[in-house]
Amino acid sequence: MRDKQASQALLKVRDLSVSFTTDEGEVEALDRVSFDIARGEILGLVGESGCGKSVSAFSVMRLLPRPMGRITNGKILLDSKDLLTLTKEEIRKIRGKEIGMIFQEPMNALNPVKKIGEQIAEVFLLHQGVSHRQALDLAIGMLDEVGISDPANRALEYPHQLSGGMRQRVVIAMALACKPKLIIADEPTTALDVTVQAQILDLLQNLQKKNGSSILLITHDLGVIAENCDQVCVMYAGRIVERASVQTLFKNPIHAYTRGLMASIPRMDGIPKNKLMTIPGIVPALSQLDQGCRFAPRSGLSHPVNSLQRRPPFKEVASGHWVEACPVCTKI
Amino acid sequence: MKQEKEVLKLDQLCVHFPVRGGVFRRAIGSCRAVDGVSLSIKRGQTFGLVGESGCGKSTLAKSIVGLVTPTSGSIFFQGNELNSNLLTPEYRKSVQMVFQDPFESLNARMTVGAILEEPLVIHRLCGKHERSKRVAKLLKQVGLPESAAKRYPFEFSGGQRQRIGVARALALEPELLVLDEPVSALDVSVQSQVLNLLMDLQDQLGLTYFLIAHDLAVVRHISDVIAVMYLGKIVEVGPAKDIYANPVHAYTKALLSSIPIPDPSAKKKRILIPGDVPSPINPPKGCAFGNRMNSPNYLTSVDQELKMEKVGAGHWVLACPCCVHL
Repeated sequence: MRDKQASQALLKVRDLSVSFTTDEGEVEALDRVSFDIARGEILGLVGESGCGKSVSAFSVMRLLPRPMGRITNGKILLDSKDLLTLTKEEIRKIRGKEIGMIFQEPMNALNPVKKIGEQIAEVFLLHQGVSHRQALDLAIGMLDEVGISDPANRALEYPHQLSGGMRQRVVIAMALACKPKLIIADEPTTALDVTVQAQILDLLQNLQKKNGSSILLITHDLGVIAENCDQVCVMYAGRIVERASVQTLFKNPIHAYTRGLMASIPRMDGIPKNKLMTIPGIVPALSQLDQGCRFAPRSGLSHPVNSLQRRPPFKEVASGHWVEACPVCTKI
Repeated sequence: MKQEKEVLKLDQLCVHFPVRGGVFRRAIGSCRAVDGVSLSIKRGQTFGLVGESGCGKSTLAKSIVGLVTPTSGSIFFQGNELNSNLLTPEYRKSVQMVFQDPFESLNARMTVGAILEEPLVIHRLCGKHERSKRVAKLLKQVGLPESAAKRYPFEFSGGQRQRIGVARALALEPELLVLDEPVSALDVSVQSQVLNLLMDLQDQLGLTYFLIAHDLAVVRHISDVIAVMYLGKIVEVGPAKDIYANPVHAYTKALLSSIPIPDPSAKKKRILIPGDVPSPINPPKGCAFGNRMNSPNYLTSVDQELKMEKVGAGHWVLACPCCVHL
């Protein structure tokens, strides 16, 4: 099953490492991260702030801030084309056309002094070589598709005239304009209310089904993961600690971090006022990471020297269920 | 059994902000941020307030602590009516606030010790020696080491800063804590630490909480009574378990159905609410939510004065013909 998927994979990320130059020296934001996204699949990346979710997404788009951020190792293959070897001009042809990106804060992702219709039309102008008039018509069509009423008039408005949910629809329209094979959604609903979040995720799922594209969905909300994803990667401190199908992960989480994360959220079916489980301590700073099991200091379990000094292997414990096999953190 | 003593009561509280325009910046309209809210909070209770952004939750919280002056209506604290111009030092002492963003609500140029001492200095509560003892005690209460007093806010993580924010609010030994989104800026694993702390402090000190949050699972977890707010009005209020098990108002139902559940096998029916919360500057006539949902009965609500009606023990709902079917 897994091999079959791998051969069909649209995006393959292999041993990706990313470093940033900071005041505290070189920090490693990603440490040999590997994942696949199959065609038509939604892969969720979940973890706390600073775990490397967004850096993974920005690396795929080759949008890391330069010169501070550098990809130091690994491959990113989109349809067996290595994105890391492409020139600037070549990657620009891929951005927006083959990979669309939806950002967290829609206000920052839009140009405040340009009409939204023009902003969407830009995608068509760049990638499809149509005339300005045609591009605008296509943009209005996109606005209609993302559920904005009266699209012809809305296209003439500026971002500040729209509500948060509407702006995110515009960003989605831009990301999906060229029907990309892969959509990267970086916390697409974090800035929105639950009711609007439900609308946006519903829209995203419908469009994904219609176009058959794949989505890399980044979020810190396990609820969003459970309701939208097929596969999930749990990230902690620059590494993927567990990877499984969404059913397996929620039914049978193995890594102590995944279990801690799931136990620490208040649940709608939980007992009110009960003490919540906690993960002691805080997410470690990237400048203070160990080579071994990075969850060791917060796990509350004593680790043997071996797993503190060397990175535990990433093992397949059941079909399609992979986990960073620290002997202490994966003992249930 | 908890004491059934009322700590805070709001009666038809309104906060309207003038909308200015024209050459002379005259008021040309008003923004009805809080529009006739009545509620009552009992001692030792956690009163949770939920609603979408822009519905007036934070304005309501600010009017309770006296940061915003209500346009009309009254606030009763422990049975005494407060005149908005006469927010006494005693009242300010008894009602303290914890803010949403622990990165912006602490003065970066003050040591944690100075931050925690400041309320004691302002209210001239105790001498210098006594103060540092109190600071040490406060830090211990919120689970921080005593040495924290000499350090600056930037040296702490988000969760620790929120603990400092809680300690500052506790410095004056208040009766009521207004918690405005106390955990929404924190990471999931840290969020549960702060929620546990809040629950522990409530048990130890018998505090009353007025909690605002948009995370409905968080509100459910720690609240006794929950009110749902929409466009400046409370549309439903009742014991937490009744609100979640038997929501009556269509808005409450839709809001609850839109929470993503962290269980992939959970089957649920989602009620999608179209559009956004309308502007409180020119709110639609009648039932604002019926208008948004294009409810067939909406027009019948336009000419009615909507009133709260009782549907169960302590469970009230804004009875409008389009959103409530009794």
